[in-house]
Amino acid sequence: MTTITIWGCRGSLATPGAEFDKYGGNTSCVQITGNDGTILILDAGTGLSDLGKTVKEPSKKYNLLLTHLHMDHIQGMGFFPPFFNPEAEVNIWGPSSTTMNLRTRLTRYMSPPLFPVTLRDLPCKLTLNEVHHDSFKIGPFKISSDLIGHVGPTVGYRIECADGVITYIPDHEPALGVVNFPLERQWTSGSALAANADILIHDAQYSDKEYNKCQGWGHSAFNDTLKFAAQARVKHLIPFHHDPSHTDDNLDQLISETVGSQKLEFKVTAARERAVFKLPVLNTQDPVKKPNQE
Amino acid sequence: MAQKPIELILARQLSSHLAMPIFIVDPDGTLLYYNEPAELILGIRFEENGEMPADEWSTIFTPTNQDGSDLPPEELPLMIALTKRCPSHKSFQIRSFDGLVRNIQVTAFPITGQGNRFLGAMAIFWENNQ
Ligand SMILES: [Zn+2]
Ligand SMILES: [Zn+2]
Repeated sequence: MTTITIWGCRGSLATPGAEFDKYGGNTSCVQITGNDGTILILDAGTGLSDLGKTVKEPSKKYNLLLTHLHMDHIQGMGFFPPFFNPEAEVNIWGPSSTTMNLRTRLTRYMSPPLFPVTLRDLPCKLTLNEVHHDSFKIGPFKISSDLIGHVGPTVGYRIECADGVITYIPDHEPALGVVNFPLERQWTSGSALAANADILIHDAQYSDKEYNKCQGWGHSAFNDTLKFAAQARVKHLIPFHHDPSHTDDNLDQLISETVGSQKLEFKVTAARERAVFKLPVLNTQDPVKKPNQE
Repeated sequence: MAQKPIELILARQLSSHLAMPIFIVDPDGTLLYYNEPAELILGIRFEENGEMPADEWSTIFTPTNQDGSDLPPEELPLMIALTKRCPSHKSFQIRSFDGLVRNIQVTAFPITGQGNRFLGAMAIFWENNQ
């Protein structure tokens, strides 16, 4: 069995507060655990800090797959215990830019004045791997990365294993500049990554009205995400990267206005912090108990 | 058909919003996309025709030098951008599908994407009486 745990699904800015409690306020971080115990961590938003609290074997090997280096996807890096353990092995994958390698780009955040510890001072065994249009293997997972339409160099990941296919594209604006979205698959950003996925975790930051004011900011309207998922023929869509201004009530309303009014051939479950999805069994969503909810 | 690289997808999106004719080809010279102003030159709608191999599009508008002599396809800026992988600019004449002889300037440049992948080339046509 492969499990997928959402540790953060908020977009752009961490949003603590009672009105965000249901969907959660931590930014992008998803853990995938393979049937042999291999751990993939997708993005290092503030949700990584909570994931870090569950680490029982600090000397284990951790694989961190970054989609891009916007703050909401890397801010948790400094709060993940294995980085500070000389026994731990941490492998990071992420995109370089056209002029700067991944190490230089990451060091911009992991150095003063933004952060007190520099990347080179981390005591763990750290390796950095640059990805664009690539494929590689980690444990039982065959992973493909590809550049997708966001702001700046950004990849999405397609993760295949015996239990199924998970596609992770948390920040994505495939509808940018397209008059009647979507065009055919070959002209749709991210379509190859998402094709026939069992689970698609995808940007759904805005309502249609909000998107009209935010075109070019790199994110999707909820309705466009539904169209993208339908074209890719996914089985289960997990709308992700919720706008920081959307309270639980706002999100519930957005979901019922969009999903509720359509006949869809796939399941839709909006991402919620600490939700757990399982492959190949698709129909479970068991929230992980918060430490104070025992 | 395989999904195009994001750099070409974004180039198409930009071209579809511009008023000058634009052509986008892949590394083999296949015409992947041309915008509406370019349709007026080719006389073929992209939505109807789709992609076009190099030997078809490079002769469709009978390019000639300004003295009327034949301009071989390999001397077209788009072909130079593809084969030599450098920008290219040229003034010449074309006879578009409607029979009109147009004096144009063409600027073409190679498209090199992230990770230094060579993805094709793009050409902008400019009519001299504009
Ligand atoms: Zn983001
Ligand atoms: Zn972003």
